[in-house]
Amino acid sequence: MNIYSEVILDHYRYPRNFGRIKNPSKKSVLFNPSCGDRIELDALFEKDKVKEIKFRAQGCAISQASASILTVQATGKLKEDLKKIDKDFMIKLLGIELGPNRIRCALLPLEALFKLITS
Amino acid sequence: MDSRSSKLDFPIFKHKPNLVYLDSAATSLKPKSVIDKQSEYYEKYSANVFRGIYSLSEKATEEYESTRKVVAEFINAQKPEEVIFTRSTTESINLVAYSLGRKIIGEGDEIVTTVMEHHSNFVTWQQLALENGATFKVIDITDDGFLDLSFSALDKIITKKTKILALTYVSNVLGTINPIKEIVEAAKAINPKLIVVVDAAQAVPHIKVDVQNLGCDFLAFSSHKMLGPTGVGVLWGKYEHLDQMFPFNYGGEMIQEVYIDRTVFKNPPLKFEAGTPHIAGVIALKEAVKYLQKFGIEKIKKHEEFLTLSLECSLADEFGKKIKILGPDISGFLDERGGILSFVFASYHPHDIAQILDEENICIRAGHHCTMPLHQRLKVIASARASFYIYNTIDDVSRLVKGLKKVAKLLG
Repeated sequence: MNIYSEVILDHYRYPRNFGRIKNPSKKSVLFNPSCGDRIELDALFEKDKVKEIKFRAQGCAISQASASILTVQATGKLKEDLKKIDKDFMIKLLGIELGPNRIRCALLPLEALFKLITS
Repeated sequence: MDSRSSKLDFPIFKHKPNLVYLDSAATSLKPKSVIDKQSEYYEKYSANVFRGIYSLSEKATEEYESTRKVVAEFINAQKPEEVIFTRSTTESINLVAYSLGRKIIGEGDEIVTTVMEHHSNFVTWQQLALENGATFKVIDITDDGFLDLSFSALDKIITKKTKILALTYVSNVLGTINPIKEIVEAAKAINPKLIVVVDAAQAVPHIKVDVQNLGCDFLAFSSHKMLGPTGVGVLWGKYEHLDQMFPFNYGGEMIQEVYIDRTVFKNPPLKFEAGTPHIAGVIALKEAVKYLQKFGIEKIKKHEEFLTLSLECSLADEFGKKIKILGPDISGFLDERGGILSFVFASYHPHDIAQILDEENICIRAGHHCTMPLHQRLKVIASARASFYIYNTIDDVSRLVKGLKKVAKLLG
């Protein structure tokens, strides 16, 4: 199965929520030195709700697309709901089958999100 | 024998006729003669070496020891006893660090290596320096991908306090072939007692290596990169050093006499080969060397030059400045360049490039290739690498270029 699906390529080429938030409520940075992927997340909460979430990433198409898709999913959600996004849900969201080498790329943004909400 | 016909010798192409294998710098494919030889041991004389007083074991020992002789002749060692079988190049280098380095490196001493080393010839020495309070120094590269060997640079780094110089013969990323003989001469002129350890994992499979001519003290390489089985490495060392060194592992086969209070060890090479070795692998390595000799090592180098040059030209024609090649420009430095071509392609991550190429049955390497210090020096996070060997053809080059066009089309 081709992992470079239309959805993945669309998010890679035209990432949603790419950029920086001026005064974020929380932020996190995650780095995977083995492949050089790096992701930064900024989130602005209004009470317990995600008002805005933005990312900056350096890495492969899969990790970038995954970050874009995740931020779309997270916008407007309650903090409690964010905690419910697990690996399986994330993989379903991406809609592609990933081998053991690429799964880490796909899940890096989710790890960054966990880091952000638990910080 | 041309490459198209040599493909017939490699059974993997029977199972995967469309395979374009461009990762021989990681590990080479195996010809049928090597695979058969390995089975021959298990089928016909599967006994332990050195121990049995029966003909089966004697046959195994004879096959094992004749490989030592073939390997010694292949690299022009003075005698077979200078050839030690290990698990890998990595283990060979670690053996030198453990059995010799630990003994001779103390506070205030210096260990020198280069920024283009594979981690196995970098971290091993960095850690030894840290443990023993020595200074760890690193020779830089020039912007065009050669070792910085200007006289002032070498003089500044290598001093009378430098006890060990560890460097690679051929860079596994840049493809640069280092002038080992000249470096050894220059370094030993500064300190005649300096020990030079050469990582020849990317050299022995591709260019003529003559250890006596090079003047180094140790040279390490792997069977699996030169058509042989995995799990076998070689360490060549000058006998006078080997004789003085500590054993690496204690156990069976390396012992002469054991008493309650002391042990007498065997002479090299067996002193360094404790435990049952990878007998089948060592025996089959002999067939790999024979295959290389039959093909002709000079012919291998020429063949790889042709393919590397073709690829460099095709990439420039097709993608222009979108592709940046790491390492020396091949057209100008054919003699100083091996069949390895690493590149950065636009803003595409090497993992995406490799994955998309995989859909076309093309295998390349992507990442930092166990050379993080070099990638930091080059200011790139990761790169894609194509590497050539005996069985590659000009058709493989065309397929790679076509595959890269697909990458550009998909990732935009």
